[in-house]
Amino acid sequence: MKPLEPAEFGFDQARHLLWRAGFGGTPDQILTLASWGPGKSVDALLDFSDTESYSAPSAREFDGSIMRPPSERERRALQQARQEQNENEIARLRRIRQERQREDRRQVRDMQRWWLTRMIESPRPLEEKLTLFWHGHFATSYRTIENSYHMFQQNQLFRSHAAGNFGELLYAIIRDPAMLAYLDNNENIRGRPNENLARELMELFSLGEGEYSERDIREGARALTGYSFDGNGFAFYPNRHDPGQKSIFGKRGEFDGDDFVTAILSRRDCSEFMAQKLYRFFVAEVPGDRSKRGRAVANVIKQIASDLRENRYEIRPVLRRLLMSEHFYDPSNVMARIKSPAELVVGTIRSLGTPSRDLGTLLSAMDLMGQNLLFPPSVKGWDGERSWINTSTLYVRANVANYLVTGRSPAGMDPLADDRTYDPMGLLADLRFGAERDPEAVSDRLLRLALGASPSRERQWLIKDLFEQRGTIDAESVREALSLICAMPEYQLC
Amino acid sequence: MDLHNSKAYTRRVFLQQGAALASAAVTIPTFLQGAAEALAQTPGVHGSRPGVPDERILVVVQLAGGNDGLNTVIPYGDASYYRARPGIGIREEGLIKLGSSRTERGLGLHPRMGGLKSLYDDGMLSIVQGVGYPNPNRSHFKSTDIWHTADEGGTGDGWLGRFFDNKCAGQQGAGCSGHEAIAIGRTAPLAMQGRTSRPIAFESEDLFRWTGLEDSDSLVHEAYEQMTSEQPSNAAPGSAASFLTRTALDAQIASDRIRDAVGVRPLVQYPRSRLGQQLAMVASMIRAGLETRVYYVTLGGFDTHARQGNVNGSHANLLAQFSQGVKAFWDDLKAQNNDGRVLMMSFSEFGRRVAQNGSGGTDHGAAAPMFLMGPNVRPGVVGDHPSLTDLDGGDLKHTVDFRSVYSGVLEDWLKTDGAGVLGRGYRPAKVVRI
Repeated sequence: MKPLEPAEFGFDQARHLLWRAGFGGTPDQILTLASWGPGKSVDALLDFSDTESYSAPSAREFDGSIMRPPSERERRALQQARQEQNENEIARLRRIRQERQREDRRQVRDMQRWWLTRMIESPRPLEEKLTLFWHGHFATSYRTIENSYHMFQQNQLFRSHAAGNFGELLYAIIRDPAMLAYLDNNENIRGRPNENLARELMELFSLGEGEYSERDIREGARALTGYSFDGNGFAFYPNRHDPGQKSIFGKRGEFDGDDFVTAILSRRDCSEFMAQKLYRFFVAEVPGDRSKRGRAVANVIKQIASDLRENRYEIRPVLRRLLMSEHFYDPSNVMARIKSPAELVVGTIRSLGTPSRDLGTLLSAMDLMGQNLLFPPSVKGWDGERSWINTSTLYVRANVANYLVTGRSPAGMDPLADDRTYDPMGLLADLRFGAERDPEAVSDRLLRLALGASPSRERQWLIKDLFEQRGTIDAESVREALSLICAMPEYQLC
Repeated sequence: MDLHNSKAYTRRVFLQQGAALASAAVTIPTFLQGAAEALAQTPGVHGSRPGVPDERILVVVQLAGGNDGLNTVIPYGDASYYRARPGIGIREEGLIKLGSSRTERGLGLHPRMGGLKSLYDDGMLSIVQGVGYPNPNRSHFKSTDIWHTADEGGTGDGWLGRFFDNKCAGQQGAGCSGHEAIAIGRTAPLAMQGRTSRPIAFESEDLFRWTGLEDSDSLVHEAYEQMTSEQPSNAAPGSAASFLTRTALDAQIASDRIRDAVGVRPLVQYPRSRLGQQLAMVASMIRAGLETRVYYVTLGGFDTHARQGNVNGSHANLLAQFSQGVKAFWDDLKAQNNDGRVLMMSFSEFGRRVAQNGSGGTDHGAAAPMFLMGPNVRPGVVGDHPSLTDLDGGDLKHTVDFRSVYSGVLEDWLKTDGAGVLGRGYRPAKVVRI
């Protein structure tokens, strides 16, 4: 991978970098990065532990005890009521349980708000972006596990390993209560193995379909027996663990879960699978069929895989090389991805500097657009790209952007939810406009900011026309222009 | 019109010139392309069986919160019903008796469901008794997911979403118009969320459009019209940008058609209830001939833990709303002469416990009856009422798996492979006559 010549790094490249390694940037941020050049810019985004950490809003208020398992006393009370066929008492105990579940659902909604706020406000956008990447990669849904605190712990796990070591994350994920519950490993017991985690660990988390045998799954499941949780922590139950001989990828030993992960990480397929996942997230969609990939793309993915192996699965150095490569900035890879709902919502706020408005409204809209944070549709995560888009989601997308710009709430949402006025004039100041404002130049700059390097002539005429007919470039007409731009189909690209 | 110049192509020109150009144009709205293909392939729009057009429609009514099935279809002939429900039981005198066949004997509808009874008398209502699933889950959230996904763990894509995924895989033909699935409501139900297919969801037709058009003048309207209908000159064919433009065009057309459709006054008077208004919208869209195959409406409030009443009261009001809305809907469809194209199915995530609780209400239970409506249902009561004494922890035991009902609807009504949608084969319940 040839690095990009520093001279080639300008406004458009800085903009591209900010979108892919974060959620877009304001004109000011773009210009700053452009002046820094690719090396310093990528370092600043990637070495986020040097950036002040970000704690608000507080996560300490989350309650880890709402869904705690029933105490000995509670268990006995239920048992007794059952024995005595005391229907009223059983119903009462059931209602208590249901009340706790309701409270837990409230808490998971608070966590969604908490995470969305982090994405919007964090000075370390790549940390949140990678947390989102891992959430999609190790997809776990609250719907199934019904334990918000476990979801929170998993989210923090992803954040703490965001650009860290993939291997360490894989060792950690087989100890993560949310994952263990989601893929039934708490029911994976010596003599009655449950293969769910063993299978997905290879198929979706590390190797890809077909890169292992059914026998590897069976033996891997035996290695994972006894890996469970107790309350909010990992628990290994030796009496549930199968300590016997196993054969995984043709090697024999008395393997446990860690040995299974070690065996996976030593496979070349693992680096190739992860390389492709990273490429898809940061660069562009690629055909699943390897023979259909262009040579340049195939070579870059191969290079990422070899970088991963060389760096023993440290993500940071691999991303550094990728984000500084000429290939990453190739025009065919710019505006080539379709924004996920999170990128659309957070990116509009971060790049245009709109108010963040009502988080509940934004989260409902994200759900409608197909991305409900902490509720991925299945263990496969979100398919992304074109699957985000249909006739219905396009309106939600245009309307949520319009809500951010104008304060007019999107379809069906609370009409009074945060409708404060957005002042877009700061944007023009950042784009280095003085008192003299030329419709053509202003529309050109706004479109370059929102749609990337080469907006079409039609779009330029459209916005220029609007300014000319309005006869003025003021907050009102700029807001109008921005809500039109955000409703353009190509605004969905990044 | 120069078809090779994408700029020359606009929605207005397209609509003026019609579908004849569909095969030649660079960017064609999907539904028109589909329509053009369908016309080319089949001699007529309607199917071979007289009176039964191929483009069949399913309308799903979800009764959210857990409808009390025992106070909906009432086993008045069973004394244990009154023993379990001394306060909220519906007395024999008031209720609407069904008939005297073996499965009907001793059963009556709630007194406020006269509308439903008239459908029953017209042979348009099928009541499937004791519908549920193994190891019933009593959480609203979970059990709703189980019904929506047809999966016992309640995970995966929605069953209707999978139906459209299979149907529309790799092709955008007739019935895959971009508005093949419409849910009335603020959010789209999981049932309709497929891997790739997503329903259109809107609470009122005004919301299925760009909100930037409100309170803005013709300048903004014209700019918006122009920009959603023309392909930017720098979008390469097959690129994400051209895919987006095409979908935007589809959306614009669907939006126009839907808003035109529901802007027309219905042929009959609907009750002013929420459900009535939702069903009026659905009937208008059917009347306008939208390519929509599945509509979905929801009536909430069935979580009657306290003071649910009996002949009158909160549960009775919900049943009345349901019955009146549904009756008006079928009157409308009959007046439109579209009733033969439509099947309606109602369900709730669970029934309620047999015994009333200490607050004059009922707690979460399990099995309950399901309704299927339309001139093509197999009318009457299907199956026996589950026993009121042989219970599972105070709840009715199910006798019919809901996936058998789905399977019957998929196989016999939507003419598709039920196992392909449901993941495995379930014996199709015989709910559809043809």
